[in-house]
Amino acid sequence: MNLFSHPRAKWIGVALIAIALIGLPFALSSVGTAWVRIANLAILFVFLSLGLNIVVGFAGLLDLGYIAFYAVGAYAYALLASPHFDLHLPFWVILPIGALVACLFGILLGTPTLKLRGDYLAIVTLGFGEIVRIFLNNLSQPINITNGPQGISRIDPFSFGSFSFSQNETIGGIMFSGPIKYYYILLALLLLAIVVNLRLQHSRIGRAWEAIREDEVAARAMGIDTTRIKLLAFAMGASFGGIAGGMFAAIQGFISPESFVLVESIMVLSMVVLGGMGNVWGVVLGAVLLSFVPELLRYTVEPLQKYIFGRSIIEPEVIRMLLFGLALVLMMLYRPAGLLPSAVRKRELAKDAE
Amino acid sequence: MSPAQGRESGVLLECAGLDKRFGGVLALAEVGFSIKHGEIYGLIGPNGAGKTTLFNTLTGIYACDAGGFRFAGEPLAGLRPDQIAARGIARTFQNIRLFGNLSALDNVMIGRHVRTRAGVFGAILRTRATLEEEAAIEKRAMELLGYVGIAARANDVARQLPYGDQRRLEIARALATEPKLLALDEPAAGMNATETMELRKLLERVRADGTTILLIEHDMRLVMGLCDRVLVLDYGRSIAEGPPREVQRDPRVVEAYLGGVVAGAPDA
Ligand SMILES: Nc1ncnc2c1ncn2[C@@H]1O[C@H](COP(=O)(O)OP(=O)(O)O)[C@@H](O)[C@H]1O
Ligand SMILES: [Mg+2]
Repeated sequence: MNLFSHPRAKWIGVALIAIALIGLPFALSSVGTAWVRIANLAILFVFLSLGLNIVVGFAGLLDLGYIAFYAVGAYAYALLASPHFDLHLPFWVILPIGALVACLFGILLGTPTLKLRGDYLAIVTLGFGEIVRIFLNNLSQPINITNGPQGISRIDPFSFGSFSFSQNETIGGIMFSGPIKYYYILLALLLLAIVVNLRLQHSRIGRAWEAIREDEVAARAMGIDTTRIKLLAFAMGASFGGIAGGMFAAIQGFISPESFVLVESIMVLSMVVLGGMGNVWGVVLGAVLLSFVPELLRYTVEPLQKYIFGRSIIEPEVIRMLLFGLALVLMMLYRPAGLLPSAVRKRELAKDAE
Repeated sequence: MSPAQGRESGVLLECAGLDKRFGGVLALAEVGFSIKHGEIYGLIGPNGAGKTTLFNTLTGIYACDAGGFRFAGEPLAGLRPDQIAARGIARTFQNIRLFGNLSALDNVMIGRHVRTRAGVFGAILRTRATLEEEAAIEKRAMELLGYVGIAARANDVARQLPYGDQRRLEIARALATEPKLLALDEPAAGMNATETMELRKLLERVRADGTTILLIEHDMRLVMGLCDRVLVLDYGRSIAEGPPREVQRDPRVVEAYLGGVVAGAPDA
């Protein structure tokens, strides 16, 4: 932030970032359409990380089953906009429904876990994530709701009347591919999510979350209804997950329980921790890095090995995991509060080290 | 009974037949007393007498095993700590419990939570009402920091404040909840003579501004100078109650606890 201390420098900086973000999909598609899709998935992960940041970063409640809300949002979208039930509601109706359903699941998870903290809470939320996935796998009998492990396919893309986000289109002489169109709507929703996060953080509710994280007994003695405020964190975080899930279903056109495994929860949590939990910009950075760097490796490590050894010796996936683990260890050693830590978190960790 | 009637009868807090047990330990046994509006009421007794336990049952952190409290005419039984704070009892802690990593100002602003109402939608939409409330919260918090004498420390991290300032900050945070009764658990512990004198002035001012005070304190000079009445606890039982001058002469009190301390106390 102090980079932009001069007001004019700040606006120039914002303008440059805006231009870069607007131009990005065209630059990426000149490398390959796959990269625009990767950017879209990255935006979804930023969205998810922002949601999880409310629970983990703001309220200090460790949630290892966060991907369940993503799943709930995705299935809500898939069931309401696919041939499976032959329902085809418009996306701007389903996304809020998905947010609401995920929000209810957030409260469902939150209510029994309110008395738990730290490790115990982590274990229960982990279980919750698995329960949701197992339900999705098995709710195909006796009534076929989720279509089991086969998942749901031919999910409707976003569309306004005849304007579909899945088709190519030429506007003013510029060709907009489906992924590029999605990119812009995702980016718009992401900006909205960032504003919501920042405003929540600097509000009466955000302060109450901070108080609970710092000292729950003192927070209660100061008149904070910790039950309600914690549930609010779960509900808000879950809603973000639900919306992201809906967008995921629409973009992919196909979802199955396999997309919502534990590793995904851990990945989102890693994004939050790596970036700097509690700091919105840190979380954005963490999610962008962990979304793009592995893809970059995927496209560089294999050709590099072929070039040097003439064949592939180590699977790219293995190298990704190795580097990922190494990065996390280095982070813990040198920047335990994240790449862009929140001031408060930094102090907390400094105290723990004393 | 309405709060107005409570005021007429003069009693703000009434405690009767209070028992609290921890396993085999009877931490409080048949404790009873009442505090009048505008009083500074002292609670003294040797370490382990049950003073802090009394605070914890009063503020809803522990449930009591028998008896209970009436506050402003209403029973407090079964209320959660946050509900009790909303009814008008605010406290400080014997081992300071500030929100250590937050600024002094944030600590006091959090104290305003219970008297303000902005919710999620207000926060997200930044409605006029929310913005005005937010400004009012900050203004009041700054005033309170000034009131306890640490306005210059507003942006300092709570945990890094000098000890005496942390105690003051805890009082400011408690006052931010607009309490009718301010309950202080050893506020002078760890303070030097100058700081203690300033604390005394502060508490007199709080009382003059209309807040009743319940004070646990080991500094006998402070208790004698400040309190209208004191209750002496020993092994969870109340062994004496009355104006400090009378209590300090009570043979049971002398025997249980005060002994040499009171004999040596100057007649100030
Ligand atoms: N949470 C607790 N669990 C078990 N015993 C407790 C607890 N809190 C207080 N006690 C016991 O109750 C008695 C009174 O303690 P306390 O109220 O802290 O005394 P004081 O504040 O007067 O020094 C002591 O014997 C103490 O060990
Ligand atoms: Mg004590």
